[in-house]
Amino acid sequence: MSEGYLVDLALVLSAFLFAIGVAGVLLRRNAIIVFMCVELMLNAVNLSFVAFSRVHGIDGQIVVFFVISVAAAEAAVGLALILAIFRHYESVDLELFRRLRW
Amino acid sequence: MSEAYHPILPGLILGLPLLGAALNGIGAFAWRENKTVPTIVGPLAVLGAFVVCLLNFAAMRAAAPHDPSLVPFWTWMRSGELEIGVTLLFDQLSVLMTLIVTGVGGIIHVYSVGYMREDPGYSRYFSYLNLFIFFMLILVLSANYALMFVGWEGVGLCSYLLIGFWYENREFSDAGKKAFIVNRIGDLGFLIAMFLLFGVFGTLDMPSIFESAPTTLLAGGVMVTAITLFLFLGCVGKSAQIPLFVWLPDAMAGPTPVSALIHAATMVTAGVYLVARSGVLFALAPFTQAIVASVGVGTALFAASIAVQQFDIKKVLAYSTISQLGYMFVAVGVGAYTAGIFHLMTHAFFKALLFLGAGAVIHAMHHAWDASGDHGDPNDMRNYGGLRPLMPITAATMWIGTLAISGVFPFAGFFSKDEIIWEAGIRGYAVLWGTALIVALLTAGYMTRLMVMTFHGANRSGESARSHLHEVPPVMWVPLAILAVLSAVGGWVQIPEVLPLPHVDLLHSWLEPVFAPALEVASGAAAGGAHGEGIAHEAPLGGGETFWAVMGTDLAILTVVVVFWRLSRRRYLPAAESSEPSGAASLLYHKWYVDELYDRLIVRPLLALWRGCWRIVDDRLIDGAVNGLGGVARIVGWTGSQLQTGRVSTYLLVFMIGVLIILGSLAF
Repeated sequence: MSEGYLVDLALVLSAFLFAIGVAGVLLRRNAIIVFMCVELMLNAVNLSFVAFSRVHGIDGQIVVFFVISVAAAEAAVGLALILAIFRHYESVDLELFRRLRW
Repeated sequence: MSEAYHPILPGLILGLPLLGAALNGIGAFAWRENKTVPTIVGPLAVLGAFVVCLLNFAAMRAAAPHDPSLVPFWTWMRSGELEIGVTLLFDQLSVLMTLIVTGVGGIIHVYSVGYMREDPGYSRYFSYLNLFIFFMLILVLSANYALMFVGWEGVGLCSYLLIGFWYENREFSDAGKKAFIVNRIGDLGFLIAMFLLFGVFGTLDMPSIFESAPTTLLAGGVMVTAITLFLFLGCVGKSAQIPLFVWLPDAMAGPTPVSALIHAATMVTAGVYLVARSGVLFALAPFTQAIVASVGVGTALFAASIAVQQFDIKKVLAYSTISQLGYMFVAVGVGAYTAGIFHLMTHAFFKALLFLGAGAVIHAMHHAWDASGDHGDPNDMRNYGGLRPLMPITAATMWIGTLAISGVFPFAGFFSKDEIIWEAGIRGYAVLWGTALIVALLTAGYMTRLMVMTFHGANRSGESARSHLHEVPPVMWVPLAILAVLSAVGGWVQIPEVLPLPHVDLLHSWLEPVFAPALEVASGAAAGGAHGEGIAHEAPLGGGETFWAVMGTDLAILTVVVVFWRLSRRRYLPAAESSEPSGAASLLYHKWYVDELYDRLIVRPLLALWRGCWRIVDDRLIDGAVNGLGGVARIVGWTGSQLQTGRVSTYLLVFMIGVLIILGSLAF
């Protein structure tokens, strides 16, 4: 199996995972699921970076570490927000949460 | 000839009344209850100015200067070619005018002490009165038209303040506004005339304008006619001539001494003064002169006819003033400037006297009614009658005034009026001459009617009021007596040669240097004219000066006697029981319905127009545009706000689309 074929495969998988993430973010109502889908999109991109680093050098892997650390921070903030929303609404259904307006 | 004339203390003439106005003005707030300060300050400020004017008069008499003396104070404004200074002009005419203003004004100030004593606005009153004298002095002393306009507007302002002096009364304050607004129409004419003068001469200084006018302006040309017509429009407003006379009868809403001072003796004569002062310009414009004389004689006749049927004593005198001003305009219109100023002077004496006398009667009636508890209109002559034994001094002095205004020899009015009628006659104005004669008879008629209704016949004021009627205090009757003396002898400064009396020629020779340039221009124009009509030596109907002088006084005496004899037999009813006059008398009683005519023709259409502007232009167009813009912004904002649903998934979708668009545009 050639090296290029593996990269292509990884990129397709990455695109697939990213698409699942987008669909989940747009369609699901549960905040936890939406959050998980965001994580899915981030990691799909990470996969692309790792795959590209096979071709273009080590830079992609360095970026992945950055993404993982930022994602950890984002997870902390995001989960805290969801927790606050839950305390207020007794639910994590995003359809109920409509305060992001004028 | 002694040494040259220099104006003596010119600043003091203006400064004293201004200081008095300021002190009394402060007093109106600071020591409202104190009546001693205004009593001393008010009259003394004017009498002090009078003394200074007398000194100037004496000095000028001694030196007999031929040219006016200028007293520059400071430069008021300078812009390009325009340079206007606060400069006073002292010549024979302005000094004579200051004497009349401060002299008659001072007497009226003294009288006011008695008349206004019990008024709560005593200090305010004297402040306005002093301010009025100040502005009037600026008007007559200014050496350029711009400064004169300051005085012109100033007396208008004081007139407004004093007519509306009892401003709690809506009618009175409306009369003040009417005077001010009607005067504004005339003031516009004055302003336009000033612009034209500056356009032609590049200056507003009177001496230089008068000097260069005969060479700069084409005699009888459009420009000089326009200038003089606009100037005359100003005079029509200020001096209450047709068609702008309507403010003056209403101006009687003010206290009676105000009527005497402003609306008889001084302010209204400003128009006559302006025409006389600008004599050179008017002499260059024969068309304007004809207009001036025609308006004058028309006003004289018109106002006299109204005076015949008025019952308010002050209204009679107001229309009489308008009528006499008409005479003065006839004089200055035909080019007899000295005769105009002569009548201005004698009129100041006897009209001030008549107004102050009327004020004394009103004052007495007012007090009698207050004391007795009865009520009635203290201005209505139908409520008077038989006051002569009760108020002997007032009656006697007012009779002198009546004889003077009627033109009975040897009182003041005889000489001045006779001169005007004669001057109009010999210059070939037959219609003016005839009308002026008729008006003279009307004058004698309505004045005698006033006297009969007030002082003779049976008393109509009611039993209880009669016992309280008595003569006014000395502070009021002494001014009356002084004015009566002046009204009697004031005409003797100019006794025509033709009468079998010593010939006195003080006024003509005194004013000769002032009017010489104008007369020179006029005689030049007459000689160069197509007709070349000079000055005749007999009246249009024939007969010489002596004949008509004697005729004039005989007719006046005859009228007085006949009217007296007829009316003293008539029984009048008190105002409350009288019905309105009917027929022709009703037309005169309602003043030819001029006020109603103006109301229909001018006031109401204007009101309708402005109301239309308010309802359509303002409410619909302007407010509509402003509110419409707000509405548009609101709609746009609302539409935009609908994009914000608050749903997280919507935002994410939009966000996604945005990312796709950016990525897409980067890719291609």
